[in-house]
Amino acid sequence: MTTSPIDEHVHELGMPAFDQRIADAVARSVELGGDKQTSLKAKDLKTDQEVRWCPGCGDYVILNAVQSFLPSLGIAREDMVIVSGIGCSSRFPYYMNTYGMHSIHGRAPAIATGLAASRPDLSVWVVTGDGDALSIGGNHLIHTLRRNVNLTILLFNNRIYGLTKGQYSPTSELGKVTKSTPMGSLDHPFNPVSLALGADATFVGRAMDSDRKGLTDVLRQAAEHQGTALVEIYQNCNIFNDGAFELLKDPLTGTQWSIPLVHGEKIVFGPDGASCVVADGWGGLRVAETNSVDEADIVVHDAHREDPAYAFALSRLSSQDLRYTPMGVFRSVAKPTYDAMMTDQLTEARSGGAGDLDRLLHGSDTWTVEA
Amino acid sequence: MTGTTSQTTPEAQASAPGGLVKDVVTLDRVVIRLAGDSGDGMQLTGNRFTSETASLGNDVSTLPNFPAEIRAPTGTLPGVSSFQLHFADHDIMTPGDAPDVLVAMNPAALKANLADLPGGGLLIVDSDEFTARNLAKVGYAENPLEDGSLEGWQLVSVPLTSMTTDALADSGLGKKEAERSKNMFTLGLLSWMYHRPTEGTIRFLERQFRRKPEIAAANIAAFRAGFNYGETTEAFAVSYEIKPAPMAPGTYRNISGNQALAYGLVAAGVRSGLPVFLGAYPITPASDVLHELSKHKAFGVRTYQAEDEIAGIGAALGASFGGALGVTTTSGPGVALKSETVGLAVMTELPLVIVDVQRGGPSTGLPTKTEQSDLLQAMFGRNGEAPVPVVAPRSPADCFDAAIEAARIALTYRTPVFLLSDGYLANGAEPWSVPDTDSLPDLRVEFATEPNGTDAAGDPVFLPYLRDPETLARPWAVPGTKALQHRIGGLEKADGTGNISYDPANHDHMTRIRQAKVDGIAASLPPTEVDDPDGDAKVLVIGWGSTYGPIGAACRRIRRSGRSIAQVHLRHVNPLPADLGDIIRSYDRVVCPEMNLGQLSLLLRAEYLVDVQSHTQVRGLPFRAAELAAVLQDVIDSTGPEVQS
Ligand SMILES: Cc1ncc(C[n+]2csc(CCOP(=O)(O)OP(=O)(O)O)c2C)c(N)n1
Ligand code: SF4
Ligand SMILES: [Mg+2]
Repeated sequence: MTTSPIDEHVHELGMPAFDQRIADAVARSVELGGDKQTSLKAKDLKTDQEVRWCPGCGDYVILNAVQSFLPSLGIAREDMVIVSGIGCSSRFPYYMNTYGMHSIHGRAPAIATGLAASRPDLSVWVVTGDGDALSIGGNHLIHTLRRNVNLTILLFNNRIYGLTKGQYSPTSELGKVTKSTPMGSLDHPFNPVSLALGADATFVGRAMDSDRKGLTDVLRQAAEHQGTALVEIYQNCNIFNDGAFELLKDPLTGTQWSIPLVHGEKIVFGPDGASCVVADGWGGLRVAETNSVDEADIVVHDAHREDPAYAFALSRLSSQDLRYTPMGVFRSVAKPTYDAMMTDQLTEARSGGAGDLDRLLHGSDTWTVEA
Repeated sequence: MTGTTSQTTPEAQASAPGGLVKDVVTLDRVVIRLAGDSGDGMQLTGNRFTSETASLGNDVSTLPNFPAEIRAPTGTLPGVSSFQLHFADHDIMTPGDAPDVLVAMNPAALKANLADLPGGGLLIVDSDEFTARNLAKVGYAENPLEDGSLEGWQLVSVPLTSMTTDALADSGLGKKEAERSKNMFTLGLLSWMYHRPTEGTIRFLERQFRRKPEIAAANIAAFRAGFNYGETTEAFAVSYEIKPAPMAPGTYRNISGNQALAYGLVAAGVRSGLPVFLGAYPITPASDVLHELSKHKAFGVRTYQAEDEIAGIGAALGASFGGALGVTTTSGPGVALKSETVGLAVMTELPLVIVDVQRGGPSTGLPTKTEQSDLLQAMFGRNGEAPVPVVAPRSPADCFDAAIEAARIALTYRTPVFLLSDGYLANGAEPWSVPDTDSLPDLRVEFATEPNGTDAAGDPVFLPYLRDPETLARPWAVPGTKALQHRIGGLEKADGTGNISYDPANHDHMTRIRQAKVDGIAASLPPTEVDDPDGDAKVLVIGWGSTYGPIGAACRRIRRSGRSIAQVHLRHVNPLPADLGDIIRSYDRVVCPEMNLGQLSLLLRAEYLVDVQSHTQVRGLPFRAAELAAVLQDVIDSTGPEVQS
């Protein structure tokens, strides 16, 4: 059997034949504009739009890190799509020379799901904020995670509503004084990593805006993950919540309170490795002094553990004031993706031949009226 | 039968094996209502009778009426489920105002439906169910079968349950299980009474219970027993014959509105060459569209049951961005949740079909009953100036064409489109002349594949909001297409480039151009059909959606009585057809019947400054043709000879 270049293209994209017209358009654009360019530089991903975040905002740092890192994936920019919600962070797509949609508040995971499920050939990213993802869009977030659609969610957590000028958010610490809570907020915050693991997310990581190396490392693993990857990025809003992550960023306190996670290595941290993580005897984990425990009792980080309880226990080490915050990849497990299973069902349904409209419309019970 | 011409044709006497000779009476139309407990299988029985009837060539129209509760206590009034069907030897437009025949499977069904059966009507009841306990459940102090209260009707009391269990004595089934076949016994009896063919039902039962052959055999045995009982009993002295209706040549099938709508969407996918993506959250009475589309993956139809209505439409819009025909299906409460995303679709100018199978409102309202009260929600239920085209089917089978039309507008103009069906259309069924698929509209649209402009430096660029001069549609460039990367979103767009713009003049321009694009759809519509056979009518009746049948039937009654009336029925409510203003103004009086409190008449009055008279009803049921005819008759009577201006 001979195949036309377009058929091969469709095949290459993993697209079933009824998506032929989409594949044709893609193929035609390549005919007209030359081969897809997969060796990019950071500048290729910049747009002519003026970046409008406040000077000093952590969003700039993340944008730069993403633009520097993405080319290493070897994906053409027309094959990347960034979908965002509403918030300062959600302005992100305008500054990326890829396809993009700046949608509505909280709904980016839903929109991205429809796109990723119908176009498994694309690399789909969601950019969202703590308010966008966890307040108004909380429902979509948990369902997207449990479905395991192939997309990467970057959750910019500045623990505040930036765009609406400084109200407390679902990640703000209890008692937070803001414009809408002059006497302090009354609601207990979410820990986004715990929430994602509760939804059985197959990939969950956390990184700091200012830590280029750590952020890039988590992003790379997230991008390579098949399924929904959630990356919580601590992001400084220097206008409405400045210094929110100082405890972890400060060279002195940072080593004391952050717990770097490296798969396959013992979880030891703090100045001179003075602290470590051990089982608490109740099925959870606790922090201990390294020299007071048996070396064999120190937990070796295993991000591939099937049962999310372990990663969940890790996420519970930190308190809302950020002491003992694990950073890195909590969980990364392989599970079939929603889009791949959907494609399989469509392929299976076609195994007996493509749909025949005439047959469908006639059904099994017809009668004929003669002229 | 009430209101029917009937004649006995002596030559058509049938002789039964028992030696009985029974008369055959020819009727031109019959309305039967089957009523029972929701566990009695009345919907299935009704659907089977409809299929038998349709295959015989009668015209048919049906009206199922479901209880609001899924499992109301057995034998109670809230648990009553009914199915009305109207069939005739001529073309009919409604499921009939009132039944000629009522089959009541228990006291609750009798109590809930008797008031609708005109005096003298045929009443068939299952006498086995009229026990003291069942009577008490619905507050009958005396057994109505015995106290003479049913004297005004032709009562035929038949022990349907025990005759079914007797017939199945050797089937090996327990009593309870055997009893469940009483609906098939009843269907058999009705099939005999109305000379319906039986092979279709037998084939259906074999298919349906393929994996449980003993159940299939029991149902078939009960069905045959019911048929034979009719033939041999003395309780029924006559049977009835309804000749086939003269119908245009063609291949016909029976189809419900939701099924036709789903088929229309599949056909739109085939005719556009695009994959259909349905994002939906279950809701009555729209869920069957989701169920039906889920079966058609072989056509590349992807169905996605979302976590809520917002995610359903969001996913559909995301798929549209990727080059699919995005569709979302829901009912009124779901539309309320989707509003913000509809606005996003207006702003991003992507194709999207939003199906609203309307039900009684507001809030949860009457989930299983019909209403047309979401028109203004579809028109205006969004923030900002957010025009959305509105298309409405007029009958169950017409849902097919209406769905294709909604897809045509969405794809051609890159816009969300509302398709407003309702509970009556969704569950009602009628014969459908199956179209030749090659004759269906060609819905192909071109994706953008190359830059369409140049920047200041003269380099080629892609302008995602550069419009087609004729349709004002913007180019559709799908991700993956080289060199056309662009960003869209809910913030106001600069004309052409699509970049964010807060410029006052640009916003004014873009607001007007989005409106102009939707208004411009009118140019693609055929001239409005005015049904004014006499040409001298002074009164015009105008409607939209599922009122087509009752309005049409009312107009026929008026014309039969020698008066003139004109009828216009709108397929497009937004934009309204370009010629509608002139048509409306050419009549002395305009009447607009609606199952809401006057939503279309509000629009017509605002649009044309014409004193449209609104006639409304929100009973959760379609209009009755006779009542509507009386209303129209009054208007005609009060419209004097031409007033000189
Ligand atoms: C439906 C809706 N409700 C409210 C808003 C107002 N609003 C815009 S952004 C936002 C909160 C954003 O917070 P977050 O997601 O944390 O983003 P940040 O600005 O901090 O990056 C709110 C409440 C809106 N745009 N839409
Ligand atoms: S308000 Fe805060 S989050 Fe928003 S741009 Fe300014 S610094 Fe960044
Ligand atoms: Mg925030």
